[in-house]
Amino acid sequence: MIHFVLLISRQGKVRLTKWYSPYSMKERSKVIRELSGIILNRGPKLCKFVEWRGYKVVYRRYAGLYICMCVDHDDNELEILEIIHHYVVILDHYFGSVCELDLIFNFHKAYYILDEILIAGELQESNKKTVERLIDAQDLLEEVAEEDASSVNHIIAQASKNK
Amino acid sequence: MNPFSSGTRLRDMIRAIRACKTAAEERAVVRKECASIRAAISEDDPDYRHRNLAKLMFIHMLGYPTHFGQMECLKLIASPGFPEKRIGYLGLMLLLDERQEVLMLVTNSIKQDLNQTNQYIVGLALCALGNICSAEMARDLAPEVERLLQFRDPNVRKKAALCTIRIIKKVPDLAENFINPAAALLKEKHHGVLLTGVQLCTEICKVSTEALEYLRKKCITGLVKVLRDLTNSPYAPEYDISGITDPFLHIRLLKLFHVLGHGDADASDTMSDILAQVATKTETNKNAGNAILYECVATILSIEDNGGLRVLAVNILGRFLSSRDNNIRYVALNMLMKAIALDSQAVQRHRATILECVKDPDASIRKRALELVYLLVNESNVKPLTKELVDYLEVSEAEFKGDLTAKICSIVEKFSPEKIWYIDQMVKVLTQAGNYVKDEVWHALIIVITNAPNLHGYTVRALYKAVQTAGGQETLVRVAVWCIGEYGEMLVGNSGMLDVEERINVTEADAVDVIETAIRCHSSDLTTRAMCLIALLKLSSRYPSCTKRINDIILQQKGSLVLELQQRAIEFNSIIERHEKIRSALVERMPVLDEATYSGRRAGSVPAAVSTSQGALPKIPNGVVKPASAALVDLLDLSSDADQAPSSSGGDYLQDLLGVDLAPASQGTNQTDKRGADVLLDLLSIGAPPAQSSSSMLDMLSSGQDNKSAVGMLDNLASPSAPSAQASSPGASSSMMDLLDGFGPSPSVPETNGPTYPSIVAFESNSLKITYKFSKEPGNPQTTIIEAQFVNKSPDIYSNFVFQAAVPKFLQLHMDPASGNILPESGNGSITQKLRVSNSQHGKKSLVMRMRISYKANDKDVLEEGQVNNFPRGL
Repeated sequence: MIHFVLLISRQGKVRLTKWYSPYSMKERSKVIRELSGIILNRGPKLCKFVEWRGYKVVYRRYAGLYICMCVDHDDNELEILEIIHHYVVILDHYFGSVCELDLIFNFHKAYYILDEILIAGELQESNKKTVERLIDAQDLLEEVAEEDASSVNHIIAQASKNK
Repeated sequence: MNPFSSGTRLRDMIRAIRACKTAAEERAVVRKECASIRAAISEDDPDYRHRNLAKLMFIHMLGYPTHFGQMECLKLIASPGFPEKRIGYLGLMLLLDERQEVLMLVTNSIKQDLNQTNQYIVGLALCALGNICSAEMARDLAPEVERLLQFRDPNVRKKAALCTIRIIKKVPDLAENFINPAAALLKEKHHGVLLTGVQLCTEICKVSTEALEYLRKKCITGLVKVLRDLTNSPYAPEYDISGITDPFLHIRLLKLFHVLGHGDADASDTMSDILAQVATKTETNKNAGNAILYECVATILSIEDNGGLRVLAVNILGRFLSSRDNNIRYVALNMLMKAIALDSQAVQRHRATILECVKDPDASIRKRALELVYLLVNESNVKPLTKELVDYLEVSEAEFKGDLTAKICSIVEKFSPEKIWYIDQMVKVLTQAGNYVKDEVWHALIIVITNAPNLHGYTVRALYKAVQTAGGQETLVRVAVWCIGEYGEMLVGNSGMLDVEERINVTEADAVDVIETAIRCHSSDLTTRAMCLIALLKLSSRYPSCTKRINDIILQQKGSLVLELQQRAIEFNSIIERHEKIRSALVERMPVLDEATYSGRRAGSVPAAVSTSQGALPKIPNGVVKPASAALVDLLDLSSDADQAPSSSGGDYLQDLLGVDLAPASQGTNQTDKRGADVLLDLLSIGAPPAQSSSSMLDMLSSGQDNKSAVGMLDNLASPSAPSAQASSPGASSSMMDLLDGFGPSPSVPETNGPTYPSIVAFESNSLKITYKFSKEPGNPQTTIIEAQFVNKSPDIYSNFVFQAAVPKFLQLHMDPASGNILPESGNGSITQKLRVSNSQHGKKSLVMRMRISYKANDKDVLEEGQVNNFPRGL
């Protein structure tokens, strides 16, 4: 299983963290510090796997962003590379050529998409289209609810003005 | 409206934070935002709750504390709207983890949401449950999740399946409820559901053999068909990854086959065709294809023997190994570790390639390759492999040297065909990377050297040469110093030459130079310097011409700030200057150290150690019985590893080695000069033996052992003055007291036995009674000696009687061997065993002990357990 997912920028800034195994807040920041030290310093030609505390961390670099997943020793590292890419392809499609800024300002969207791909550290959906459809449907629900709310607010505001 | 709570939009806050130039500025912005969010929280303002939580999550990712927002998540989850729930669940997963109490409060909200009709709300709740549920929540909500496995919408079914994985991981007992619904998922057409269903079945099989049997019987042919259809399926754009349809489903199916086929010949047979097809037909020019192949190999290696498939698998790994892609090489090395157990010949064929990987620039690959090489070594190839590794040691990166050295040492120790080769390799390793060699390794080397009398000369010369080139490797220096001290005359005299050796001309002064350099070297630590002093003392008798110079070097340490060194220097100086007569006997060569005892002790679990010490007791040459050795630790390493030494049982052997060399010396003096022994005692402030038996040191040590006061006496070894005053008896010759440079004799303190304690019945059952009698060592109130007596109350005789005891951390327990292991029936005899308990919290906590007694009665194994709480107070 995947124990956690990290998105770290080249400068060591954390862009997304998702924990599927229990780590206390203190441990989390320690893990992030430790791993960004190891991974950001690895050369580009080296293999994308790092052995760490009895686990394996599989990472992939996209421009200035590293996506890392920590898995058990007997997991399929090559498949994890594909899962990372699967996530990135969907992000790319959702944002339309995704860049780091999208992930900063819309970090919650990045989380929502990840939640449609992984649950409990296991893969949930291999169909890119399905993931996109589910996210769009939920975004729509949100928009409708917000519009409703704002129109209600509008009516209330109007009514109170007329008083 | 509160001036803080109006707040900025999320986007503006992120902008403001990003615009900060310094960390201090960022902290100020975050502090301001947090203040306004807290204000909003305390006002319980629902309008901005949504936005505030989003901000908090961002702040959380920057690493600031955000615990005050946890309750906001719960409120949002409990509100009816979808947008609030969505952000609320996200916050819950990010800001909390399963160990927080707050989580219990959310169980009810999740339960309600799981019962909603809106599939997206159900989806949110399932997702949160799957990611953070605790064991309690798993128990509470399992029925809901089980029901959702049959929900109308497939997207909910797949989420429920993964949620179930988490639930059965937390509470394996629940797995049985899920076998049928999980198996039903395997018939689905929807890839998402199928994918998660397959994963769920794999996990259930891991915890329930019932499920495993069920799936083997009912589902395996269906699954084989699913995989066959998948591999033959036409192009499907939404699942396609570099030309392969849904590699994820491929891999998950193979993982399930892995579990189903393991240990079941029929199941393995059913799947062998499709595995062969996957192994031969999968495209390998892209990562996705390789991922499938890799999983396929793993499955083939785990299922029951099918020769043809295994050959195929190992060939695939061979191809991976020669790939140019580092990822592929890494996984190949990883999988070969598993293959080696099944077919080591096939893996040996790739030895040369694997050895190349040890030298790879990539640390991950190096590490894997090194582990693999370690498994590849056997008696026949140990020499060439070790040569390669040792050669590489020279050029390897510093951070890899530690691992590499440890592995080489381990290989050499395990497979060395002869001692000279072992010594050669170890000298090479010490020369290249001595600083990375662990203590137990060089201790073991010294043991081996002492046990090879024909190689003493050869070794000391080899070490002498090595030190000339690599004087910076401290461990090498230590071993060399020790050997020069012991075998100094062989170094100078070129005695014991082997045919392979060249003569070297070393003068006595050269040998002393080595030690002088080592003791002067600023980087030498306490252990090295202490070893140097001992070596110098020994050389003072071996090299009569250098005695003066040696004495000068020793004298320079007289002013050492380290008490240990200062004491040694002063005492050794006395020996050299004033006791010419006994010196040569005093510094005789070390007795041969027993290898079997040493390795037994290194293996070191407590019961094992007890039994080995029992067996090897007579073999230890100098009469020091094992429990004493722990106390001797202090002798060498007063400060540096005082706390670590007792735990590493390998470590303290050498402490013996250096510490107990006074014992053979006393054997010598024994015959020549009885008074000399007393001198020596005072000199090392051991504390004098009881006046009536002050004849020899050996007696003293062994009698000390018998009174169980050896520990106390030996503790005194290290401390220079006070103990001698305390324990020296008037019988010790006062004329010699001046040795201690002014510590005059003091009247002996009469031995007090301290208060006596009543004996207790520690354990009583229908079949067995255990009584404890207590006594104290004089002068050591922390330690209690317990004499345990076991009496058989039943009419059957007990054999294989073993008594084990455990104590909490603040206590330390030493057990002597029991008086026997057969307990006669009906109280017709008893077994006794002595236990020594040291209480580090003496006076604060009283003793407690848990025990376990096992024996054989009427050919049946019996196990009894108990706890002793009724120890007398004050022990």
